[in-house]
Amino acid sequence: MTARPPFEEVVSRHGPTVLRVCRAVVGPVDADDAWSETFLSALQAYPRLPADANLEAWLVTIAHRKAIDVTRRAARGAIPVADPPLQATRRGTDDRDLDLARSLAALPEKQRFAVVYHYLGGLPYREVAVIIGGSIESARRAAADGIANLRRTQGTRS
Amino acid sequence: MTDPIRDHDRTADLFADIRPPGQDELQVLHLRLEVTAEAKGLLDVAYRTVDTPVGTLLLAATPAGLVRVAYEREGLDGVLEGLARQLSPRILSAPQRTDAAARQLEEYFAGDRNRFDLPLDLSLSRGFRRTVLSYLPRIGYGKTASYGEVAAAVHNPKAVRAVGTACATNPLPLIVPCHRVIRTDGLIGSYLAGPEVKQQLLDLEAGA
Repeated sequence: MTARPPFEEVVSRHGPTVLRVCRAVVGPVDADDAWSETFLSALQAYPRLPADANLEAWLVTIAHRKAIDVTRRAARGAIPVADPPLQATRRGTDDRDLDLARSLAALPEKQRFAVVYHYLGGLPYREVAVIIGGSIESARRAAADGIANLRRTQGTRS
Repeated sequence: MTDPIRDHDRTADLFADIRPPGQDELQVLHLRLEVTAEAKGLLDVAYRTVDTPVGTLLLAATPAGLVRVAYEREGLDGVLEGLARQLSPRILSAPQRTDAAARQLEEYFAGDRNRFDLPLDLSLSRGFRRTVLSYLPRIGYGKTASYGEVAAAVHNPKAVRAVGTACATNPLPLIVPCHRVIRTDGLIGSYLAGPEVKQQLLDLEAGA
């Protein structure tokens, strides 16, 4: 059996990136829930993880599933994800974060995931394609389209 | 064709607006993870460090009890890696579980406590070593015994060297008082944190 590092090391090394990914995918309000559920699931599965696994890709994959769960729950609760109320601007969330979160939320799902996992999660398109499904080329295309759309919305925002 | 590397650089500024999470935000999330992991029975090893007159100590506990006390000179990162290998990699920095141990150690170093009353998990030591460690708490506060006397007490009078090994590999120093085992000639002998720390503990217990 090959040794895995203590889980604490996984949290301190990858926690910040996963939180940025969660904020980008579900917005700043639900990001804490998505982060917490991600690391709890990861802790549960950790002893069975193959020792040569790519930890970052594994965590982002879990975060992706949790983010979808959290978004669905939020939708059922009729909380408008794309337009968070002003009160949601709490500590650690400034207006620029909200702007980008809104622009990201407005993207088609596949583009949003591809952009976030590649550019914020730092995953190569090969890993992104595994997470969101489809070919490497389609992941690359979705990210490029997403970036073009973001530039347009961010550029038009005064 | 666009150059993917240059494209990546130009795109980075889009995300400059999502600033890296602050330490305080991550600490709140970490605490939440500690509490939920404990509640769901997923926290196999919880640890913390404490500052004491003999330096920084690592305290680690399983749900069964305190499983490891380590001196800084043992290399705390290496100790945690060892616990991940020997017990479980489900390890988090989570001080709550070792609150009682930390408090009792503080009282011990203040001279206000002469025995520890804590659930212990001896699963890191087996066989004869475990037998020796189970015997050691019978050597009372402020007393000493020789390696030979301990060997005789566990009905294996020729195993003097093995008693020395058991003490040198004690996973729970201080709590399981291997510092009270000294050489037959009266010299204090070796200690995993160095003979000067052993002397310091014996002096403390002698009320010096």
